[in-house]
Amino acid sequence: MSRYGMVIDTKKCVGCTDCVIACETENNVPYGFSRSWVNQIAIGKFPDTKVEILSERCNHCSNPPCVHVCPTGASYVNELGIVLVDHDKCIGCKACVEACPYGARYIHPDGYADKCTFCNHRVEKGEDPACVAVCPTHSMYFGDLDDPNSEVSKLLNSREHHTILPEIGTEPKIFYLK
Amino acid sequence: MFELSTTRNNPLIDPALHAWGWEIPIYLFLGGLVAGMMIISGYFIFSGRQKNPDCACNFLPFFSIFFLTIGMLSLFFDLENKINVWRLYTTFQLTSPMSYGAWILILVYPALVLNIFIRPPQLLINKIPKLKIISDKLYERSYLIKWIGVLNMIWGFLLGAYTGVLLSTMSARPLWNSSLLWMLFIVSGLSSAAAFVHMIARDRYERELLAKADNGFLTTEIFVIALLLIGLLTSSQSGINAAKLLLTGPFASTFWVLVVGIGILIPLPLQLLAVNHKVKHTPIPPLMVIMGGLILRFVIVYAGQYSNWLNIHF
Ligand code: SF4
Ligand code: SF4
Repeated sequence: MSRYGMVIDTKKCVGCTDCVIACETENNVPYGFSRSWVNQIAIGKFPDTKVEILSERCNHCSNPPCVHVCPTGASYVNELGIVLVDHDKCIGCKACVEACPYGARYIHPDGYADKCTFCNHRVEKGEDPACVAVCPTHSMYFGDLDDPNSEVSKLLNSREHHTILPEIGTEPKIFYLK
Repeated sequence: MFELSTTRNNPLIDPALHAWGWEIPIYLFLGGLVAGMMIISGYFIFSGRQKNPDCACNFLPFFSIFFLTIGMLSLFFDLENKINVWRLYTTFQLTSPMSYGAWILILVYPALVLNIFIRPPQLLINKIPKLKIISDKLYERSYLIKWIGVLNMIWGFLLGAYTGVLLSTMSARPLWNSSLLWMLFIVSGLSSAAAFVHMIARDRYERELLAKADNGFLTTEIFVIALLLIGLLTSSQSGINAAKLLLTGPFASTFWVLVVGIGILIPLPLQLLAVNHKVKHTPIPPLMVIMGGLILRFVIVYAGQYSNWLNIHF
């Protein structure tokens, strides 16, 4: 089993939101919903301020509470370590929406829980997720975290990084290079 | 200064990450009420009170089936993909409290039907004469009746506890993420059930007993609420924020006035005076208790969805 994850270089990201639009187009995300979003965090007091831009989406957690609470097994982790929802099994109980600390899930107008799939349909063909492929500053990287020779592993070995809300213990698989 | 701007546009889950509406608190309340009624009725059967035709345990299972069915309907209304509901019963998910709950709910009905078999009402016997034979057979083996009582108490306990566990396993929602929540829901369910039986009991002894028991449950409930809040206030920043939602935040007036005031602190002395024969028994205090139990579920479900980790992000 591989463990696919994402590494995002916050030094390169300019917050253009191309990833958000690419995701909406690629995955036909219904109007008014989003599978990904960009947070811009400003900290400090002028002139001593710092900005961090974070392109966010489902973290495909290694310890995913959304999967644990699902009563039908509709939420599951596939062999690539990608957290997915089987639409035919989902009853739309919204337990997973409540269980995700990142607010990554929403209920699709067709009644099932929906969220980022890491563009599983592209990954299966050996392509990068749409957000990664479209990023104009090449700040996003996608690959197998278990393969020490993958670009993502090398970046994580060489650069300081953080995840979002690691204290909850979900073990997110999207890493932000500082 | 801390400023967060986002491209996010998700009206369903932002800004309060709100997904569950009125259906869930109604279901949790009715589940708790039925749990309490099963424990009370099971206890009466266990102590042999079913011999008295006026015993509440002889008619409580009918109310329980009625309330539970409404609760399950309400849960069903909440599902966004209703057509798939059978999926709950083709699997058992070890880590999902909702999966346990779905199965517990299915097992509760047979326990309630067994309770009805002990002393079915004449109206039912006229329609299904076989019931009388079953009932007579049960009376020949009184240990079986005791077991039905125990079964009702156990399933009632599981049902009540599960309604709390369902929420408390979610570490994403700091207000719910307390191991005291199931206890709060069980005592609150018991107090609502005791208030309900107090209101409708035909037997004077039972009415007095349940008013007294209710005072005990309400007093315990105050302690559990206090412990829950103290637990949150002494935990992480997200827990402190969650407790403040109830104590001083947007849910404070509902919590203090309706849940604590009208739901517990006012009916408690009124019921104490009634059991000491200083004032007459009226349905007003029990109605207050029941309303308090209902609003408690609303406050916990809504404030819980409001409480999150994201506003302490960095
Ligand atoms: S980010 Fe949320 S939806 Fe995605 S795997 Fe983690 S808990 Fe589940
Ligand atoms: S909404 Fe669907 S995927 Fe989410 S927990 Fe319920 S059944 Fe599982």
